[in-house]
Amino acid sequence: MGTRFDIACGRLPEAVLDLNFADAHPGLSHEQAALEADRCFYCYDAPCVEACPTGIDIPRFIKAIASDNLAGASRTILQSNILGGSCARVCPTEILCEQKCVHTAIEANHAVRIGALQRFATDWQMNQTAHPFQREKSTGRRVAVVGAGPAGLACAHRLAMHGHDVTIFDRHDAPGGLNQYGVAAYKLADNFAQKEIDFLMSIGGIRFQGGAVLGQTVTLADLRQSYHAVFLGIGLSGVRALGFENECVEGVLDAVAFIETLRSSTLSEVPVGRRVVVIGGGNTAVDAAVQAKRLGAEEVTLVYRRGAEHMSATPVEREWAQTNGVTVRFWASPLHLLTDQGAVQGIRFARGAPEGGYDPQDSFTLEADMVLKAIGQVFVPDPIQNDQILVENGRIVVDANGRTSMPGVYAGGDCTAGEDLTVAAVRDGRDAAEAIHTELMTTSVEKDANNG
Amino acid sequence: MADLRTVFAGIKSPNPFWLASAPPTDKEYNVRRAFQAGWGGVVWKTLGEDPPVVNLSSRYGALGFEGRRLIGLNNIELISDRPLATNIAEIKRVKREFPDRAVIVSLMVPCEEDKWKAILPIVEETGADGIELNFGCPHGMSERNMGAAVGQVPEYVEMVTRWCKQNTRMPVIVKLTPNVTNILMPARAARAGGADAVSLINTIQSVIGVDLDAMAPMPVVGGKGTHGGYCGPAVKPIALRMIGEIARDPTMAGIPISGIGGISNWRDSAEFLAMGAGSLQVCTAAMHYGFRIVEDMIDGLSNWMDGKGYARLDDVTGRAVSRFVPWNQLNMKFRTIADIDQDACIGCGLCHIACEDTSHQAISKRNGPDRRHYEVIDDECVGCNLCAHVCPVDDCITMVPQPVDGELTWPEHPSNPHRITA
Repeated sequence: MGTRFDIACGRLPEAVLDLNFADAHPGLSHEQAALEADRCFYCYDAPCVEACPTGIDIPRFIKAIASDNLAGASRTILQSNILGGSCARVCPTEILCEQKCVHTAIEANHAVRIGALQRFATDWQMNQTAHPFQREKSTGRRVAVVGAGPAGLACAHRLAMHGHDVTIFDRHDAPGGLNQYGVAAYKLADNFAQKEIDFLMSIGGIRFQGGAVLGQTVTLADLRQSYHAVFLGIGLSGVRALGFENECVEGVLDAVAFIETLRSSTLSEVPVGRRVVVIGGGNTAVDAAVQAKRLGAEEVTLVYRRGAEHMSATPVEREWAQTNGVTVRFWASPLHLLTDQGAVQGIRFARGAPEGGYDPQDSFTLEADMVLKAIGQVFVPDPIQNDQILVENGRIVVDANGRTSMPGVYAGGDCTAGEDLTVAAVRDGRDAAEAIHTELMTTSVEKDANNG
Repeated sequence: MADLRTVFAGIKSPNPFWLASAPPTDKEYNVRRAFQAGWGGVVWKTLGEDPPVVNLSSRYGALGFEGRRLIGLNNIELISDRPLATNIAEIKRVKREFPDRAVIVSLMVPCEEDKWKAILPIVEETGADGIELNFGCPHGMSERNMGAAVGQVPEYVEMVTRWCKQNTRMPVIVKLTPNVTNILMPARAARAGGADAVSLINTIQSVIGVDLDAMAPMPVVGGKGTHGGYCGPAVKPIALRMIGEIARDPTMAGIPISGIGGISNWRDSAEFLAMGAGSLQVCTAAMHYGFRIVEDMIDGLSNWMDGKGYARLDDVTGRAVSRFVPWNQLNMKFRTIADIDQDACIGCGLCHIACEDTSHQAISKRNGPDRRHYEVIDDECVGCNLCAHVCPVDDCITMVPQPVDGELTWPEHPSNPHRITA
C-alpha cells in the first residue's frame, strides 16, 4: 500500500488536454452524410421514429439530407426536438433509433447512422443566422420554468414559440443543466451546449434568471402567484452515498461533482488522482472514468457490483471506457475505504452479487488517490415539500400531459418517472409546454367569454 | 468453358464485346489499351471528311440516382475531330497488330454519293473488318443534315446504305437512331439497301438536367446548353425493346443485330443476346470504370452459359425472341400472387405503403411487439409485382404463379367487344 496522496492538476500538457477533450466523434462531411443518407430505406411507419422519445420524423429528415435540403432536414428535427443538436451527440442511439433501424435486421450493428446524420443537419442550422421558427404574437401569459436543463429549455422554447413570456430559473449561473454541467466534455465539445442555448433563446420571449434556488431564493408559492403556470424541470439533485462513516475524507467525491467541476473549469486546473477508482455502472460512471483518464490519471478502474449486461451504460459506452484505458471490473461491492490522515488511500471490495450477497472474506483492494461515486442520483423533494405535490417512488407524479397534482404546475425530465435521458426530458418539456399552452389559451377564451 | 468466339456479318472477334463508336475508340492509344484489356473489337469513333469537326469544351452531363453515379450519361460531342489521315494511319497500325480483333470503322459524310465513294476505299485500305454507318448522332451533326437527320428518313437510309454496298466489299452495318416512332421503318430500309447488319440503339435526344444556378440545361457551355445524346444503364430497356422488335419482325429475319444501349455487365449482355443481338457494343460502362470491366463481362457470360449448358453464342442469340409477343398474345388466365417471406422481412413497410397508396390495398399491416408485420391479402392481390420491386431485401417478396386453367388471350376474351368468335 502506497502512502502518497496524489491528486494534482495539469497532469498533461494543455495541448494534449485540448486534444483529449475535443469532439469524441467529429461530424460527418457533406460526402459522408450524402452516402449515409442514401442508405436509408425511407421506411413507412419507420420503427426508428417509434424508438425516438421525441418522435422525430427520421426518414423524412434523412431523405431531406439526401436531396440536399438541409433547411428542411434540420427543421424536421428541431420541430420535434429543439435540442436535436445535443441529442445527436449524447443520445445512446444504439438503444434508441439505431437499434430499431431495419438495416440491423439485414446485418447486426449496421444501422443507418441516424445520430450522426441528425448532427450533420443540426450543425448546418447552427451555422445559419435565421431561426427556423417564429414566435407567435405575444399572448401576455407568463410561465415560470424552474430548471434550465433539457426539459426546462425545451418547455421554454415551445412556450415562447406560442407567444408566452417565459422566465427560466436555475441555481447555476448559466443555463444548460446536465448538458452544461453533467455530460462528458468531449460529447459536447466546442462549447456546443452554450451555442445551442443561444440558438434556442434567440426565438425571443425567454428570460434566464440564474442563482435562483427553489425553496430558498424562490418558492413555488411565489411563482404560482406571479405566473400563469409553472413547469418544474428540477432534475435529480441528490447523489447516493456509499454509506461509510469516513466517506467525507479527502479524495472521495461524487462523480457528478467531479464532472461539474471539469465542465466549469479550465482543463489544466481540474484536479485528478493518479489512481482513480470509479464506483457505478451508469453513464455518469463512464463519463467520470474516461474523463479522469483523459485528464491524465495513470490508472482508472471502474467497479460495478453486477455484470456487464446489467450496466445502465450501454455496451457502446462500456467499450468506450475500455478503449480509453479504463479497467472495468464486475461483481464487486465496496466494503470499506482505506484512509490515512484524512485522505483516501484505497478501497476494499467484496466479491459477490446483489442476490447472493457479497462475501467480505472474498475481497480485493484497489489503491486509489481518488474515489468517484457514481452509484445513482436521486430526486430531492425538499424544495417543494411544503407545496403538497404528489411524489411517489421518489419522483414527482405527473399525468400524460405533465400535470402534477397541483393545478397550474407541470413537471418533466428526470424529476418525474421514466427514462433518465436527455431526449426523454426534451419530450417531457415540449409536451408539457403544449399542455400549458392549451390550458392558458382555453382560460383566456373562457375569460373573454365571461367578459363578453 | 463456353465458346464466346463471334462471327457477326462475317466479322470475327474472340468475344462479342466491342467498344461502341465513341470517345473510348477515338484513337490508337485508347484502342490499343482496350485490346490489351481483352475487348473483342472496336467500332472506331466516327470518321468524317476533312477538315475535321471542332468539339466544344464541356461535353457530358450525367444522371445519378440516390447516390449512384452515371445511371445515365448525355453527350454533346461530335464525331472525330482529328484529321482523316491520322485516323486512317492509326486504324491500319492497330488492325495489323491485333489481327484477331474486330476493327469496324464508323463513318459519316454528307448525303452525296461522291462523298461516300471517296471515303470508302480509303477505309478499306486500312484492312478494317467492316464499316458502321452513323445514322444516329442526334446532336450537332444532325443539324448539318448528317447522323440522325439521315437515320430518321428511311429513304435516305436505304439510299446511303446502297451507295456503300455498291462501293465497298466490306460488310456494312447500319447504326440506327432510336429517335423515331417506329424503329422498323429505318431497319427495313437498311435491309432494303443491302445492309449486312444493323446496330442499335444510338443515343436518345435528351436534356440531362438543368443547372439551377446558371438556369441553363446541362452541360452548360458558356452559359447555355443544348440537347445531347443519352446513353448508359438507364436506356437499356429502350434498347432491348427496339432490338426485340427488329429480331421478331419477319421482314428482318436473319439480319445480324449488334446490340447497344447501357450494357454494363454480363447479365445485361446475356439479355441483349437473348433478345436477338449477335454482338454487343459498350461505351458508358467503360467510360465509367475503364476498360477492365470487360474481364467480368467475359467471365460472367461464360460462367452463366456453362451453367445453362449453352456452348456457343448462337445458342443464346435470339433465344427469348419467340416469347417477345404483342400484349394481346399474353394469357389472360395467368395469375401470380405476392408472397412475403416473413423470416426475411425487415419491416420497412415499403411494400405496404406502395400497395396501399398506389396500387390495390393488398398488403395488410399489423404492429407487433418487435416489428411490423406485413401480409399479402391474396384475394386483393392482382399480381402487379410492385411490392417485390420496392422491397429492399433480395428474394423477400416473391411472385408465386398460380395454377393456370388453359389459355385465353384478349382476341378471344369475352370482355373484348371485337373478340374473335368461332
